Amino acid sequence: MWLINSSIGRKLVMSITGTFLVLFLLFHSIMNIVVIISPSGYNKICTFLGANWYAIVGSGILAGGFVIHILYALFLSYQNLIARGKVDYAVSKNQKSVDWASQNMLILGTIVFGFLALHLYNFWYKMQFAELTGIHTGIFDPSKGASFVADLFSNWIYCSLYIVWLSALWFHLTHGVWSALQSLGLNNKTWLPRVKVIANIISTIVILMFISIPIYYLLGFK
Amino acid sequence: MEKSINITLKIWRQAGPKVKGEFETYKLDNISSDSSFLEMLDVLNEKLIKERKEPIAFDHDCREGICGMCSLYINGHPHGLDGETTTCQLHMRRFKDGETITVEPWRSAAFPVIKDLMVDRGAFDKIIQAGGFVSVNTGGVPDGNAIPIPKIYADEAMDAASCIGCGACVAACKNGSAMLFVAAKVSQLALLPQGKVEASHRAKLMVAKMDELGFGNCTNTGACEAECPKAVSISHIARLNREFLSAKFKD
Repeated sequence: MWLINSSIGRKLVMSITGTFLVLFLLFHSIMNIVVIISPSGYNKICTFLGANWYAIVGSGILAGGFVIHILYALFLSYQNLIARGKVDYAVSKNQKSVDWASQNMLILGTIVFGFLALHLYNFWYKMQFAELTGIHTGIFDPSKGASFVADLFSNWIYCSLYIVWLSALWFHLTHGVWSALQSLGLNNKTWLPRVKVIANIISTIVILMFISIPIYYLLGFK
Repeated sequence: MEKSINITLKIWRQAGPKVKGEFETYKLDNISSDSSFLEMLDVLNEKLIKERKEPIAFDHDCREGICGMCSLYINGHPHGLDGETTTCQLHMRRFKDGETITVEPWRSAAFPVIKDLMVDRGAFDKIIQAGGFVSVNTGGVPDGNAIPIPKIYADEAMDAASCIGCGACVAACKNGSAMLFVAAKVSQLALLPQGKVEASHRAKLMVAKMDELGFGNCTNTGACEAECPKAVSISHIARLNREFLSAKFKD
């Protein structure tokens, strides 16, 4: 199977799952911003995307995308480590044109994944999971999303944790978005700088929408 | 203006492919700032021979930046700090008096050290070989203008063809990936009508060979382009991806 055996095939899998996850983030962030505009509207979205069949199928596909992206990342990183050889350079300097994020995608990805576990516990476990199983895991009704958000972000430690998490995600996305297009072959000399700018814009929009929520609560608006 | 500098060299010495190597330090006085880096190494080797010591093995040939034979990872950069130059085009005026210069061989699993600073870059030849032939019509000599080629394609193909196959891309890459080299070699033919006949076949064979020889996976850091002595663009890598993926989807 060339999607596993060839290097470009493996990169194709990384870029397609990555693009899919970026689209999810865009969708997720647009939904989240509603909590600032209208908490009752946000609760309606939470009810709509509760334990319905379409939400469950969607979550399943999403989890699959994450798993494939992470497994391939580990597989690729392991192979790249081997390809580097046993002896390391004694003196090695970075080039100015090389983005810091591009050389630290695995570390950034690990940070993102670590916080994801916390995030799933904070929200998913108390909302969709509670609704699915009927077990009461949170202090509010599972469909009262806005109350969960307000409760969690009334704690400044959680606000800062989420800001750190989202910053790592921003770095991951600035390299990931244009890199996905490059791996798909959708790039050339003219479009290379443009694609990089587009990647920065997309990642900044997504992260700004996400990060505005903890900042909103941190600044004391309720 | 010519002046003399005294330098300290930390050079990787390794007797053979299977032997453990280590750094050795050499002091070199009165090196002309006008001499090239390789001339400086020649001076050091002359000195070592006079002292009845083993001279340092390093690759070099044309010494004018076109053969791709010289390598050397100097002070953390393949071919030294200067952009768009090979090691043979690097001059001692770029170093300060009293400076310590670290010289290492290319480090990559696919480029095993033969001796000291010399590495086996035969893997590149195997990739070229895997690419196969280019079909040409035999018979009378065709008119040079019979095949129109847009200038932008001709220029792109020439830019790709400027790759000298030195392996700096692999040496600079944190993943030990040979994608820039393979991309240049695939692009220079894929862009021209003469090379179109076997284009998809060639992309598949060369990528398969590259993977087989143990080069890493490209993660688009762009370190290769930054260190390439011929400034081959990573946009060629996008073309290689495109050629390879469309060939695979056609199958």
